[in-house]
Amino acid sequence: MFKAFLIKYAEIGIKGKNRHIFEEVLCRQMRHALAEVEGEFSVTREMGRIYVRTEGAFDYDGAVEALKRVFGIAGICPVVIVDDTGFEDLAKAVVDYVKEVYKDQERTFKVCARRAKKTYPMSSMEMNSELGGRILEACPNMKVDVHEPDLFLNVEVRQNIYIYSETIPGPGGMPVGTNGQAMLLLSGGIDSPVAGYMIAKRGVKIDAVYFHAPPYTSERAKQKVVDLAKLVARYSGPIRLHVVNFTEIQLYIYEKCPHDELTIIMRRYMMKLAEMFARQDGCLGLITGESIGQVASQTMHSLAVTNEVCTMPVFRPLIGFDKQEIVDVSEKIGTYETSVLPYEDCCTIFVAKHPVTKPNLNIIRRSETHLADKIDEMMDTAFRTAELIEIS
Amino acid sequence: MEIYLDNSATTRAYPEVAELMTKLMLEDYGNPSALHQKGVEAEQYLRRARETMAKILKAQEKEIYFTSGGTESNNWALMGTAMGMKRMGGHIITTQVEHPAVQAPITFLEEQGFTVTRLGVDREGMVDPEELEQAVTPETILVSVMFVNNEIGTVEPIVELGERIKKKNPNTVFHVDAIQAFGKLSICPKKLNIDLMSVSGHKFHGPKGIGMLYVREKTKIRPLILGGGQQNGMRSGTDNVPGAAGMALAAQMVCDHLEENRAHMYRIREQLVSGLGNMDRVIVHGKQGEQAAPQIVNASFLGVRSEVLLHTLENEGIYVSAGSACSSHKRGGSPTLTAIGASKEERESAVRFSFSEWTTEEEIEKTLEVLNRVVPVLRKFTRK
Repeated sequence: MFKAFLIKYAEIGIKGKNRHIFEEVLCRQMRHALAEVEGEFSVTREMGRIYVRTEGAFDYDGAVEALKRVFGIAGICPVVIVDDTGFEDLAKAVVDYVKEVYKDQERTFKVCARRAKKTYPMSSMEMNSELGGRILEACPNMKVDVHEPDLFLNVEVRQNIYIYSETIPGPGGMPVGTNGQAMLLLSGGIDSPVAGYMIAKRGVKIDAVYFHAPPYTSERAKQKVVDLAKLVARYSGPIRLHVVNFTEIQLYIYEKCPHDELTIIMRRYMMKLAEMFARQDGCLGLITGESIGQVASQTMHSLAVTNEVCTMPVFRPLIGFDKQEIVDVSEKIGTYETSVLPYEDCCTIFVAKHPVTKPNLNIIRRSETHLADKIDEMMDTAFRTAELIEIS
Repeated sequence: MEIYLDNSATTRAYPEVAELMTKLMLEDYGNPSALHQKGVEAEQYLRRARETMAKILKAQEKEIYFTSGGTESNNWALMGTAMGMKRMGGHIITTQVEHPAVQAPITFLEEQGFTVTRLGVDREGMVDPEELEQAVTPETILVSVMFVNNEIGTVEPIVELGERIKKKNPNTVFHVDAIQAFGKLSICPKKLNIDLMSVSGHKFHGPKGIGMLYVREKTKIRPLILGGGQQNGMRSGTDNVPGAAGMALAAQMVCDHLEENRAHMYRIREQLVSGLGNMDRVIVHGKQGEQAAPQIVNASFLGVRSEVLLHTLENEGIYVSAGSACSSHKRGGSPTLTAIGASKEERESAVRFSFSEWTTEEEIEKTLEVLNRVVPVLRKFTRK
């Protein structure tokens, strides 16, 4: 029945003179998302609106699911398109539409006719009252309410006539690619995929880095991270995932530094490495899934000490979230089930029973001087030997 | 070089088995239930497979049923007996060291209202026959005990258990999960008072996806899988001819050399156990010598996490198993190691080595050499 979608967009609408740039990117992302869906789709911008039109049979549910993952879309309206063959035919089409979509439900409604084609023989007001009357006659459960109707029945007269009333909510945000690029520190946990999702939602293209520690972490743990990256990529578009072999560095820190400082020192080196990849890939910032106080390495003190090594801005979109709030998002975006698969990640394998929770920057720096001999070379090796996995 | 020491997880198939199965998929691919010549040919293969299995077990052909594997055999044996015998009583006896494919159906039956007794084991994983006899009552419809423990290789005293069960209550059905025992021990279920016995094809160089349940004549068991009435209506579903024929061929081949294979694996086992004995802080679990199955050694390398040792050995081309302690969130989950009273540290550092007739002395030598090299290094890096 539906032949097209009218796309309502979120914040792009309030952009000024460069609004067309945002619209163009949004169209591109939509085309990319629909490429996988069965059917012929054309995405066009016309008169301040974006339409998805279809040719022939197509996978309606698949198209809606794909569009629901495109950032920048606030709402998706399935549209019925009829040819302009006179008002009687139009009235019949509108009544059929209401019967089909709302069956026998009790609803209040208001008809909103608009004429882009001003040559149409009736005025919008005339169309509203006439079509409203026809619906009332045909559907006894429908009532008119012009102030707070349950549904607006839109009838737009263009070359053809468009009928729509339902809006499926989109993800909101801004189209990916309109806001630069950032490097996500991706672990196998619940938080980091959510953090990546949230930053991508603001239009940022995402790359990722994962710290692999064989034999302490298994191939399956790595596969899990690849799977998580794929799930995030459904929203963010293609991700370049750098897999760093971190074992040597981790063992070196273990040998040379006090055990309770291990995690914090390790995280400082992870940040440094992430920044090296970020620079290489042209990223403008780092993204982590940290949330204040969640674990010892995420207390205010720890965050400050970790942050100190970075010269790029570090974005922590979950910083004020409770665990349950993070879990809720991860369930919504479909990463939760993969995140909770029980494979050990490199942050937990050597973790001390009582790690420092209030690290002192000067003490940490002094501990790090014990690494002076080999750490630069090791960092360089880790950077150079990293494996690149293109996730699309 | 690849050293495969995870033969209790699965084995590499005999090339002859793969060859036969290819033929049965490409040439003689008929459905034994079909009336035409293609069907008749296929039926011949199935009949021969059943004959072979019956002969090996010194059983009748009608006592052999093919299933989709060990898990189905165990499920059917337990649930089918519970349903067939429920008018005779509601008590089931098992042990704390059974494989999940036995434990889970029994827990299900418990939820359905059956009473379950789970016998403990000693430090070496043995069930006490006296204790079992005490547990059998006139209400006991079913006893399920594994032949060889899949984690530590202990051989349960099946002969004595069977005698004591039948002495106390001749109506009690005795099920034995022989999945790790078949092909390693010579088994005659009838002599051992076994009524139901599970076997799995891929544990002895046969294919995956095929298993067998021995059902002693006149055992009251209901079918679990209903449908087209194949295998006397006891196990419906199109007969898996390549699987059954492949398993039977593997069974024949493995049993033709049973004694020499056993002797070979015991030598290998002894070599590994004595090598491990020379290592510092290594504990070998379970029975030793002839009271242990020839193919399994389970040892804890204190101070080294099993998963880490497994991946380190993997880097050297050596494949072992970390038992069921593969999860960081559910560590120490191994039912057998818990039941024998192994400490948390032992459970978290346990690794299982399991052999086949193809395992060589050189491979064990190399494995010991690698262990002696990597274990001290890994011990340096542990959670403090």
